[in-house]
Amino acid sequence: MRHIMSPLDFSTDELEKLMDLANDIESNPDKYAHVCEGKRLATLFYEPSTRTRLSFEAAMMALGGKVLGFSDSTSCSATKGESVADTIRTVSCYAHIAAIRHPKEGAALVASMASKIPVMNAGDGGHQHPTQTLTDLLTIRSLKGRLNNLTIGLCGDLKFGRTVHSLIEALVRYTGIKFILISPEELRIPGYIRDDVLDKTKTPFEEVTRLEDALPQLDLLYMTRVQKERFFNEEDYVRMKDFYILDKEKMKLAGPDMLVMHPLPRVNEISVEVDSDPRAVYFKQVQYGMYVRMALIMTLLELEV
Amino acid sequence: MLNVGRINEGFVLDHVKAGKSMTIYHDLGLDKLDCTVAIIKNAKSNKMGKKDILKVECPIDNLDLNILGFIDHTITVNIIKDGEIVEKKDLHLPKQIVNVIRCKNPRCITSVEQGLDQIFVLSDEEKEVYRCKYCEEKYRGSKR
Repeated sequence: MRHIMSPLDFSTDELEKLMDLANDIESNPDKYAHVCEGKRLATLFYEPSTRTRLSFEAAMMALGGKVLGFSDSTSCSATKGESVADTIRTVSCYAHIAAIRHPKEGAALVASMASKIPVMNAGDGGHQHPTQTLTDLLTIRSLKGRLNNLTIGLCGDLKFGRTVHSLIEALVRYTGIKFILISPEELRIPGYIRDDVLDKTKTPFEEVTRLEDALPQLDLLYMTRVQKERFFNEEDYVRMKDFYILDKEKMKLAGPDMLVMHPLPRVNEISVEVDSDPRAVYFKQVQYGMYVRMALIMTLLELEV
Repeated sequence: MLNVGRINEGFVLDHVKAGKSMTIYHDLGLDKLDCTVAIIKNAKSNKMGKKDILKVECPIDNLDLNILGFIDHTITVNIIKDGEIVEKKDLHLPKQIVNVIRCKNPRCITSVEQGLDQIFVLSDEEKEVYRCKYCEEKYRGSKR
C-alpha cells in the first residue's frame, strides 16, 4: 500500500506515468467515468480549503466513486481531543482512500503510519502539499511541453508557502532548472530547503527582493499569497501582505511565453487585470489539479481501465 | 582517593564530560534496569581536567549504546567480560533517535498529538544534522 506525503514519494518515471494518465483522462473523460464505482474517498480537512477539498471530491466523483468526510476541525471529533491516529484508524473502516489536510506539520505522516488505507497529504501546515505540486508539474509539462531547462521565479511567501517547498523538491530532479527566489528578507526560503535540497543538488538559485529585476529572465513565474494563518503576529502580516503585486505594467517586462501560475486563492498579489493575459494560466492550473488527483487516486488504489 | 571495585560483565563509559553522567544515566534507561551502576563525578583527568565515569554491571546485550553517539561521540566505551576489557566501542551518530530530544517547532504535529514518539532522523552526517521525522525541522538544541 502506498501513500503520498511528499512529491518525492514518486520517482520521475512514476510521475511521467501519472501525468500521462492525467492527460489521457483529460482527453477521454468518459473512459474513466466508472473506474472507482463502489469506492469511497474520505476527505479529512481540519482547516478550511475550497480548491483542494473540492478538487479531491470532484476527482473521485468524476471517477464514479463516492465521498465522505468533514471540512473543518469543529465538525469532527478533534474538538473532543481525538488524535489524528485514532481518526484515521476509524476512517480506514469506512473508506478506501483518504485525503487529509491539517494545520500541524507532519500530521499526514502520522495518519499514514496508523492507516489501513492509502493516505494523500492534502497539506500539512507550512510543510508539504504534494498534490498541489503534481498539479503544478502537470500544468508546466502540458503548457510548456517540458519539465527541464526552465528558469522559474518563485515569488511571495517562500518561508511558510508549502506549495513552493514541494515544487522546489520536485523540480530539482530535472536538468537545467534554475530558480530565482523573490521574497522580502523575512519570508525567504527556509534553511532545510536551501541546504538539503538546493545546495545538495547543486541547483542554481538567486535570492532577490525586486520582482521587476527577475521578470525578464523567467520562463515561469509562480506567485504565492502571504498567508495570514501562518503568522503569529498580525503586525508582521500587515507589513508583508502587499509586498508584491503583479499588474499589467509589470507583465510588460516579461517574455511573451512566460507563464504566470498561482496555487490560489489569490488576494492582492495578482491584479485582476492580468487574468485576461494569455500568459496567466492559474485557472487552467485548477483544471489540471482535478485531472492529476484523478490519476493519483487511480494509481494509489491500483486501478486500471 | 575513591575506590570503586572492578566489574565482571558490563560497560565502563569513560571521558564523559563532567556533570553529564546523570543525563546519560537517564538516556540509557539505567534507572529502569535492576543492575549495579557506579557514577563517578568530577574524577581527575589529564586530558579533560575533570570528567565523569559510569560503570554499569549488566549483560552486554542489555543496553543500546547508539544514543551515546548523539550525546557525545568522544566518550570512550569499554566493554567488559570476565573482568577484562574485551572491546573498545567506536561511537557513531545514530541514524534515528527516539524519545530523547523533543521537537521545538510549535507548528509540528508532535506538539499536539498524544502518544506520538519523538523521532529525529540523521539528515546530514557530515554536519551532524538531525531533523524531526514529522515536520523536518532541524534540531537546534544542545545534545543534552
